Amino acid sequence: MTERATAVAPAPDRPSPPARRRGTGRPGRGASLRARWRRDRSLLLMTVPAIGLLAVFHYVPTLGNVIAFQQYNPWDGVVGSPWVGLYQFERLFTDPRFWNAVGNTLVIASVQLVFFFPVPIALAILLDSVLSRRMRLVLQSIVYMPHFFSWVLVVTLFQQILGGAGLISQSLRGAGYAPLDMMTNPDAFLMVVTSQMVWKDAGWGTIIFLAALAAIDQNLYESAAVDGAGRWRRMWHITLPGLRPVIVLLLILKLGDILNVGFEQFYLQRDAFGSGVSEVLDTYVYHQTLVTGNFSAGAAAGLIKGVVGLVLILIANKMAHLMGEHGVYRRS
Amino acid sequence: MSTLFESRPVWAERPSLPARAAKNTVLAVVTVVILLPIYVVVLTSLSPASAVNAAGGLVVVPGGISFRAYADLFSGGVVTRAVLVSLGVTAVGTLVSLTATILAAYGLSRPGSLLHRPLLFAVLLTFLFAPGMIPLYLLVSDLGLIDSYASLILPTAVNAFNLVVMRAFFMNLPGEIADSARIDGAGEWTILTRLVLPMSKGVTAVVGLFYAVGYWNAFFNAILYINDNAKWPLQLILRQYVQQGQQISSNSLIGNAVQGTASAPNLAVQMAIVVVALVPVTIIYPLVQKHFTKGVIIGAVKG
Repeated sequence: MTERATAVAPAPDRPSPPARRRGTGRPGRGASLRARWRRDRSLLLMTVPAIGLLAVFHYVPTLGNVIAFQQYNPWDGVVGSPWVGLYQFERLFTDPRFWNAVGNTLVIASVQLVFFFPVPIALAILLDSVLSRRMRLVLQSIVYMPHFFSWVLVVTLFQQILGGAGLISQSLRGAGYAPLDMMTNPDAFLMVVTSQMVWKDAGWGTIIFLAALAAIDQNLYESAAVDGAGRWRRMWHITLPGLRPVIVLLLILKLGDILNVGFEQFYLQRDAFGSGVSEVLDTYVYHQTLVTGNFSAGAAAGLIKGVVGLVLILIANKMAHLMGEHGVYRRS
Repeated sequence: MSTLFESRPVWAERPSLPARAAKNTVLAVVTVVILLPIYVVVLTSLSPASAVNAAGGLVVVPGGISFRAYADLFSGGVVTRAVLVSLGVTAVGTLVSLTATILAAYGLSRPGSLLHRPLLFAVLLTFLFAPGMIPLYLLVSDLGLIDSYASLILPTAVNAFNLVVMRAFFMNLPGEIADSARIDGAGEWTILTRLVLPMSKGVTAVVGLFYAVGYWNAFFNAILYINDNAKWPLQLILRQYVQQGQQISSNSLIGNAVQGTASAPNLAVQMAIVVVALVPVTIIYPLVQKHFTKGVIIGAVKG
């Protein structure tokens, strides 16, 4: 549930070239442990707060997933609760609501891929073609802004426009037509949630493509123009190939992240649209557990999602490496 | 880069009139789609009852100005309290997060230092899996943090992505200055606070903004960890009274200062809550925006 999918996520860890490595005049890796301790102890001390927080709030609860193999109850704790082997998983796999959540998650992810993914690319090319620098900055401020709004805020704004008491219904009623409530109609669900995603994050998604566009050598355009290539041919033969590495990378990362369609957005609209269309894996975990009190069943569902997600990320990175990209981590 | 051209480069043909019209139309539509909901919400929150009634709901055409809804909200009721909670959590949380992140990013910025590889690996590994909602909930509960403000800060205090971005930025700073300071006898703490941080204002602003926005917008961890609605942050109030439409006009919810007088229309109050949730973000974000590409893209992409 941590927010890790920001637009600038790829290539977070590229080591600097060796020439820039700092501390060249100091004892290197070959120095004795004591000398290295004396030299680096303040650096080590600095990492303690962050490493400690990650250990307590990331690694310990990761180990806590063992309750998926128990019939956990809060009074006996992890140590005292009885072990039940794969019972929770067997129950899960026979629960139609679990498969409903899996199906919804995959449908939503596919719709995102087809209808959300291309939007930032097109928008970035459009913004890049705006000649006035001032105008472009203003437009960028506007399109980035919704990324910083919370999902509660975005859903509320959509309700005020598309809901039964919203602006569109209000205008329809004023003009003598029947109001149209799109925010509770299960048939409109996919359209509504996709529009919300586009509204909130398509602008922010342009950042990475704008950076890639800015990196394209302008001389290519000039030579092409001199050779008689028109606007569209230049876009096809220069702009799009220039964006290709970023597009491929983000596409692969998206495939690795396919089970993470978002959580709050669906939690917030589950009651309005019904769990039939809006239940995704994360909301299933929440409702199974904290509503019914069966922690182990929820942990089992969460664990399955985590393991499948991990495998997908590893596959996606393998693909990225095979295609000559860096992926989210390096093998070095 | 193409963005350097203030005017059209000589070799580029001028686009046809329909092409320019189409482009400008698309840009105008994008702008309107983003700004219109915000405009309507802000205007409705500032409208007197007469304008809300005349419009039959949300106000699109201005019909007078009234700050009544805001006076109601800030007269000491639940919304005032929630705003204070959210501001407090955001301020303390951002401070904790930035401190831990900067320290660790600097501590891990020197390959070859003691335990550098295993510690970095431990940070990067968190990208690959999330601990899962249920075990995290049980841990927070076992630590006795349910209904504490710490539960809204500590579990999300360190974001590995921000840490890695910051580390990449530190590693790209010229090392010679730090080296000469070291020869002059400066310790790592001095180098970090006197040399590195002053050179890293942009990336610090961006990472700080990411953390602050995260805390301000945090919703679901409060659903999980905060049962006592006196401790609710603003996003939960927004959900309950606006998204779910629970009536807020009762006096106990708004505070006592305005009891007995005619209150602002319910819709205006609801929209005012939306505006209160929206304003801090829209004020801070443009100040930091110029660093987005400078601080983050350069740190992450070219790092």
